[in-house]
Amino acid sequence: MATTTATTHQTKWWSGGKSPFNLEYGKLMMWYFLMSDAFTFGAFLISYGTIRFSQNFWPDPNAVFNAFPGAGHANLPLAFVSVMTFILIISSVTMVLAVHAGHNGDRKGVIKWIAWTIVGGLAFLGCQAWEWHHLITGEHATLIDGQIQLVGQTTTVNPWGPLVDPAVATEAMRNSSTNTLARIVHEHDHTKSMKDLMGMSKDQLLGMINVADMHIRAKGPVAFGGYFYGITGFHGFHVFSGVIINLVMLVMAQKGVFDRKGHYLMIEKAGLYWHFVDLVWVFVFLCFYLI
Amino acid sequence: MDQHKLASPEMTFQHHTDDAEFKKRVKKTTILLSVITVIELAIGLIIYTMHKGESPSEFLILVFKGVVCILTLAKAYYIVSVFMHLGDEIRNMIMTIVVPLLLFIWFIAAFILDGNSYKNLRNEFDPYFKESTMPKKHHANEAEKVPAHKSEKE
Repeated sequence: MATTTATTHQTKWWSGGKSPFNLEYGKLMMWYFLMSDAFTFGAFLISYGTIRFSQNFWPDPNAVFNAFPGAGHANLPLAFVSVMTFILIISSVTMVLAVHAGHNGDRKGVIKWIAWTIVGGLAFLGCQAWEWHHLITGEHATLIDGQIQLVGQTTTVNPWGPLVDPAVATEAMRNSSTNTLARIVHEHDHTKSMKDLMGMSKDQLLGMINVADMHIRAKGPVAFGGYFYGITGFHGFHVFSGVIINLVMLVMAQKGVFDRKGHYLMIEKAGLYWHFVDLVWVFVFLCFYLI
Repeated sequence: MDQHKLASPEMTFQHHTDDAEFKKRVKKTTILLSVITVIELAIGLIIYTMHKGESPSEFLILVFKGVVCILTLAKAYYIVSVFMHLGDEIRNMIMTIVVPLLLFIWFIAAFILDGNSYKNLRNEFDPYFKESTMPKKHHANEAEKVPAHKSEKE
């Protein structure tokens, strides 16, 4: 370390004949690309913040993201997203190890750690697919235009508005369709089939619903869905392309391309991109799940 | 330290770190990032239980959210400077990346304040917006209500 610092001070970087940044061209350009990408993500997140600050009400993330695969209706705020965050941190660490193995010209090490990084990336994408699917197809009893409707989180409706007074919710239940009521009963009581429930009268169905326990909410701000899917989708697309880039690196390393070139600088550039994906997630995690 | 062949003609010297020191540094950073994440999650759960309480202190929630933001910036610093090795580059290069990013200070402040001002203006001049979107109590409080006019029948 001491020798490096000494070199830095003695070298006249701007007197010509050498690159003043002591960086390979491709790596420097990767840095500038990542900087511009940071502004793209920043603009998205700041736009989200602007809309959020312009609203009187914004959904509580702990109410929105409280599901865990296989846990049914259990209320587990922050659990699944912490799994996703750790997957990404660990895959970042394996990438650091791959880059380091590249420094030492260790082909086997590069292949091993790049492969683990790809596994981490795919695991993250799988988690995100489950989360989106759960949010879109989930059915939440929501007060919309004076009646109860079962809706998921989409870009046109948000089911996580303010909680509704049980008296108002009961009134809205009476205006709702038999189909909706039957589905609400069916969700918690599987002893009767959907067909039997559809054959019942509205009053019978209403008698089977305990409105006070349902914590029915009004519609929330529509913008929530667009921003959530837009920004996490854009990040997920970065993860996806990162996985593709790492796959290409894996194949190239396997074929000995870098050994023939004599250096593993490509791995460093792929590494920079992968760490950036992790970096962005840190902020997405902050803006959507924590605050 | 053995002298590697320089990988590209643009480079005057190579950064060297011996294996043991490198492993120690990566391990330390990984543990640090994990610990910060766990603290963030703990604060998230504290905020969640505060929201469920009778009358949560808005100020305290804001303080906790501020702490989470600072912890996130710390995480970002460690990822960029250790994992991406920006901290090991020479100073001029670091500045070309970091200085433009300072624009974010203005960017965040200006737009968030703009959104906030838009909300205040609408609450003042658009009674329907205020009536239909303002939660009656704290939004996660179980007792809050929604205006009854939405269930009007024709």
